[in-house]
Amino acid sequence: MQKQKVNIDMTNEVVKIRGLEKSFGDYDVLRGIDLDLFQGENLVVLGRSGTGKSVLIKLISGLLMPDKGTIEVLGNDVPHISQRELEALRIRIGFSFQNSALYDSMTVRKNLEFPLVRNRKGITKAEVNKNVESVLDAVGLSQTINQMPSELSGGQRKRIGIARTLILNPEIMMYDEPTAGLDPITCIEINDLINEVQQNYNTSSIIITHDLTCAKQTGDRVAMLLDGKFQRVGTFEEVFNTEDPRVKPFYDYNFTE
Amino acid sequence: MDTIKSTTKPVPSRLSKAKGAVSDFFLMLYNIYSFVIRFFKEFLLPPYDFKEIVRQCYETGVRSFTLITLTGFIVGVIFTKQSRPSLTGFGATSWLPSLVSIAIMKALAPLVTALIAAGKVGSSIGAELGSMRVTEQIDAMEVSGTKPFKFLVCTRVIATTITIPLLATYVAFIALLGGYLNVSANEGTTYITFMEQAFEPLTFVDFWASLSKAIVFGFTIGIVGCYQGYNAAKGTEGVGKAANGAVVTAMFLVFIEEVLIVQIAGWFR
Repeated sequence: MQKQKVNIDMTNEVVKIRGLEKSFGDYDVLRGIDLDLFQGENLVVLGRSGTGKSVLIKLISGLLMPDKGTIEVLGNDVPHISQRELEALRIRIGFSFQNSALYDSMTVRKNLEFPLVRNRKGITKAEVNKNVESVLDAVGLSQTINQMPSELSGGQRKRIGIARTLILNPEIMMYDEPTAGLDPITCIEINDLINEVQQNYNTSSIIITHDLTCAKQTGDRVAMLLDGKFQRVGTFEEVFNTEDPRVKPFYDYNFTE
Repeated sequence: MDTIKSTTKPVPSRLSKAKGAVSDFFLMLYNIYSFVIRFFKEFLLPPYDFKEIVRQCYETGVRSFTLITLTGFIVGVIFTKQSRPSLTGFGATSWLPSLVSIAIMKALAPLVTALIAAGKVGSSIGAELGSMRVTEQIDAMEVSGTKPFKFLVCTRVIATTITIPLLATYVAFIALLGGYLNVSANEGTTYITFMEQAFEPLTFVDFWASLSKAIVFGFTIGIVGCYQGYNAAKGTEGVGKAANGAVVTAMFLVFIEEVLIVQIAGWFR
């Protein structure tokens, strides 16, 4: 499905990162990252495995703490806010994990109810059911409501993982390798779902991937992470209109014989 | 003559390995202490997750029931059987019910229950939470603001702290029953006589010391299992290490606590 035009507010940064550095032992993963995510846009972060793409979104959601630099998310200085403020902020951020991270011991219904019931005090059973059915409908998996995660396919698990984040109506979505390990048809379905989420839920998204088809279909902008820094940021065409030997093989592998 | 330097890392000596192991152990004890402090900070705050606590009580208590029953009964029978020859030598077989009850109530019931629970419940908690950690389920709870420590750790620790004293009381009863059956078969003692003799030497302090031990053991097994699982390293190997660490550390701490509580109870007698 062709990506539809969306309104992006280029004056409103929902995520603003400056001079971000993160090391693990002697290994400097991020070496001074600057990044803006604007209201309503899908920003794709591309890069080889182990370049720190997933680390970046874990830093944004406060799962990891930076060594240096600032991370401002929806006006909150993430490394310096209190635990309570961080918990409140996290409800406004949806995080879709690479392996979906569905709760093994709960049915699909319970997986979806869990964040809702624990974050919305006083919510009625009828409201919970309505929300669960609504997000399941949005990801096209209403029939799986009573299944266990182990009974779902990889693509279904990804969709339920996305549904679980949508149930809290997030303002920002973060997708960690949304198409990893899926067949091409399911990849296209997931890419379409990402675009539908952007349009229907008016979210701003960071999509971590090394799948260029995903990047091309979903990204309003693409940022190429190389050697711990964003070396190229722009539209898909702008990023890959280069002879840089660190960038060109990405394109050649995916789109030329 | 020029010396040739090795390009490989020097092999650590036994002494430095031992030093490393000791410092790792004390570091772990400090981390468990921090984990305990976090538990007490969080467990009184809402939400209270009563349903999950009841579910965990069922998991830790009811599912251990068969093993605990069997072990308690065998401990009672074997202890009585092994003690008889020593007492027969002094012509004091009539003291058998008192000896059995003192041993079971004061030491064996809470200790045997704790060791069984450390193996069954502790390892299960360590493996379950470890698996949730390595598959990012705990991170998923964290990023959706659902307070995983409260939901996963507090509920399990409360459950073990409630169920293990109950199991220990049950083990004491079953072990006494085992002892009675053995005494009855050999000496023909009636149930009433056996129980009168069994409870005669026991004081209120003995019951409280035994119950306190079981409560402390239950808390220890829960907190250590949760600590090991919650902090499991990445990968499937981490899950195995968490399960194993939960058992070994809990057993070690249970023995230390046993010694300390016996000492403290002695001051009140």
